[in-house]
Amino acid sequence: MTSLPSVSPPKKLGLVIDLDVCVGCHACVVNCKEWNTGGYGSALSDQAPYGADVSGAWLNRVHTFEVVPEGGEVVGEAGDARIVHFPKSCLHCDDAPCVTVCPTGASYKRAEDGIVLVDENMCIGCGLCAWACPYGAREMDLAAGVMKKCTLCVDRIYNETLEEVDRQPACVRTCPVNARHFGDFSDPHSAVSIMVAERGGIDLMPEQGTRPVNKYLPPRPRTALSATPPLPREDTTGATGFFAWLDDMLDRI
Amino acid sequence: MHPAPSIIVFTTLSGLGYGLAAVLGLGLLDPAALAAKAAYILALVLISGGLLASTLHLGNPQRAWRALSQWRSSWLSREGVMAIVTFVPLVWSAWASVIESRYLALPGLAGSLLSLGTVFCTAMIYTSLKSVQAWHTPLTPASYLLFSAAGGLVVASAFGFAGAGNTSLLAWLAIAALAAAWAVKAAWRRNMQALVPISTPETATGLGAIGKVRLFERPHMTENYLTREMGFKIARKHAGKLWTIAVVLGGVVPALTLLVLSVAGQASGFLAAGLAIAAMLSHVVGVLAERWLFFAEARHAVMNYYGE
Repeated sequence: MTSLPSVSPPKKLGLVIDLDVCVGCHACVVNCKEWNTGGYGSALSDQAPYGADVSGAWLNRVHTFEVVPEGGEVVGEAGDARIVHFPKSCLHCDDAPCVTVCPTGASYKRAEDGIVLVDENMCIGCGLCAWACPYGAREMDLAAGVMKKCTLCVDRIYNETLEEVDRQPACVRTCPVNARHFGDFSDPHSAVSIMVAERGGIDLMPEQGTRPVNKYLPPRPRTALSATPPLPREDTTGATGFFAWLDDMLDRI
Repeated sequence: MHPAPSIIVFTTLSGLGYGLAAVLGLGLLDPAALAAKAAYILALVLISGGLLASTLHLGNPQRAWRALSQWRSSWLSREGVMAIVTFVPLVWSAWASVIESRYLALPGLAGSLLSLGTVFCTAMIYTSLKSVQAWHTPLTPASYLLFSAAGGLVVASAFGFAGAGNTSLLAWLAIAALAAAWAVKAAWRRNMQALVPISTPETATGLGAIGKVRLFERPHMTENYLTREMGFKIARKHAGKLWTIAVVLGGVVPALTLLVLSVAGQASGFLAAGLAIAAMLSHVVGVLAERWLFFAEARHAVMNYYGE
C-alpha cells in the first residue's frame, strides 16, 4: 500500500548526521555500497565500472559545500568561510512524497518503525518516486530496472546473527569520527533525541513539507583565525639549571 | 528535468487522441462518413500508441499491470485505471460508427468525459510534484486539458474538411481552443520564469544560518542517475527560439489555416482537406516542442545539491 501509515509509527528510526564532525572521507558511502550490494534486494549495479564514464547506483553520497557568511569572501581569507562535508541519504520522511506517488504499492513506509522501503518484486521502475523526492535519495538501478534507496540497513539493525555492536546501519558503524548516529526519534530520552535537542538539529528543506525523520546537526560556531590570540612571546626569565645554562650559552654564540 | 522522448511522445499523442475522442463523443461528425470512421480509428490508435510509448521508459514493463492498484494515493495509478475504463465507451462508440454508421449519445458523452478525466490525471502526475516548482500550479492541468481539446478540435476539423461535415463550427471551436490553450500556456511560462525558488542551497543544506552556500565538490566526478534525470539544462537562447517555434507551428499556423478555410466558404474537397491536415501536422509538431520545453525548462529541487 502506498498510502502512508494512518497513525504515527510507535518507533521512528533514523539518523543524526553531525556536520561539525564529518571530515568527508566517504567511508560511509563505500561501506553502504559494500553492504547493500550483497544485502537487501538486487545488487547495486555499476555501469562501465572500469570505463571512463563510470556511474552506478549509490544510496549515500557525500557532497561538499562552501559556506560564506556575510562579509566573508573566499575560504581562508576572511570571516568564517568554511567547508562543510555533507553526507546525504534517505531521510525516511514522515510525509514521504515518494511513497504516495508510487502506482504499484512497491514503495511503502513501515507502520512499525517508519522505515521507507521499496519492494523490488513489485517495482516497475517508472522513476516517479525519484522525481517526487526533493532530496535525491532514490536512484534507479539500471541493471535490475528497479528503484534503490537507503533501507536504514533493515537487514542489519534487527539481525540477531550479528554482534549487538554491529546492529547499526553500515554507514554509522563505519564512520571513523562518529559523525553519524542511529536511533529512535520517538523516544525523547534516546541519544539521538538528546543530541538533536542540545545541538539544535535541523530538517533539510522544511518548506517541502516532507517532515524528514533524519536530522542534521549544524557546525558549531568557530573562532575566526584573525580572532585567535597570537603565540606568546619568547621569555626565558625564570629558567634554572641545565636549561638556564643552555639558554645563556646559545645567547652568546 | 530530462525530456525523455517516450514521455513526450506519450503525453502528446495520448493528449491528442483523447481530445479527438472527446470531440467525436459530442457527435459533431457524420458517423456514416468514411472520414469520421477514420477519425474514430485514429483516436484509438493515438491513445494506444501513446500508452505503449509510456511503457518504454519502465525498468520492468512486464509488471506494468501492477500500476493499476494504488489509485487511492497515486495520480499515475489513477491515470492507468482511467485509461482502461475510458477504452470501453471509446471502443463502443468507434464500433457504432465504423460498423453501424451511427452515433450513440450515451457512450459518446461518457467517452468525452472520461477522456478529459484521463488527461486531467496525466497532468496531475506532474502537478502533484512539489519538488518541481514550475509544474506545481493549477495552470498545468488547465494547459494540458486545453491543449488536448484544441488538438482534438484541430484533428476533427481536418476530418470534417475531409468529408465528415460540420466544418465551420469545428474550425471556429478549434481556433477558440487554440487561443485559450496558448494563452494559458503563456501564463504558465510567465509564472515559471517569475518563480522565486522555495528551496535553495541554503534550505537544502540547512546551512543558511551561517551564510551563503555554494557547491564546492560534487560527490563524484561523473554524471549519475539524478543529474541525468533531473539535471537537464537548456541554453536560454534555444529555449526562446523553441518557444517561438512551438507557438507558431502549434498555434498560429493551424489557427490561420482553419480561419482561411472557414472564411473561404464551405470548401470541401482535396485542397481544403489537404490544408486542414497540414494544419493538424503543424499543430502536432508545435505541441511536441511545447512538451519538450515543459520538461527541459523545469528545475528540480535536488539540483540545489548539485550546484545547478
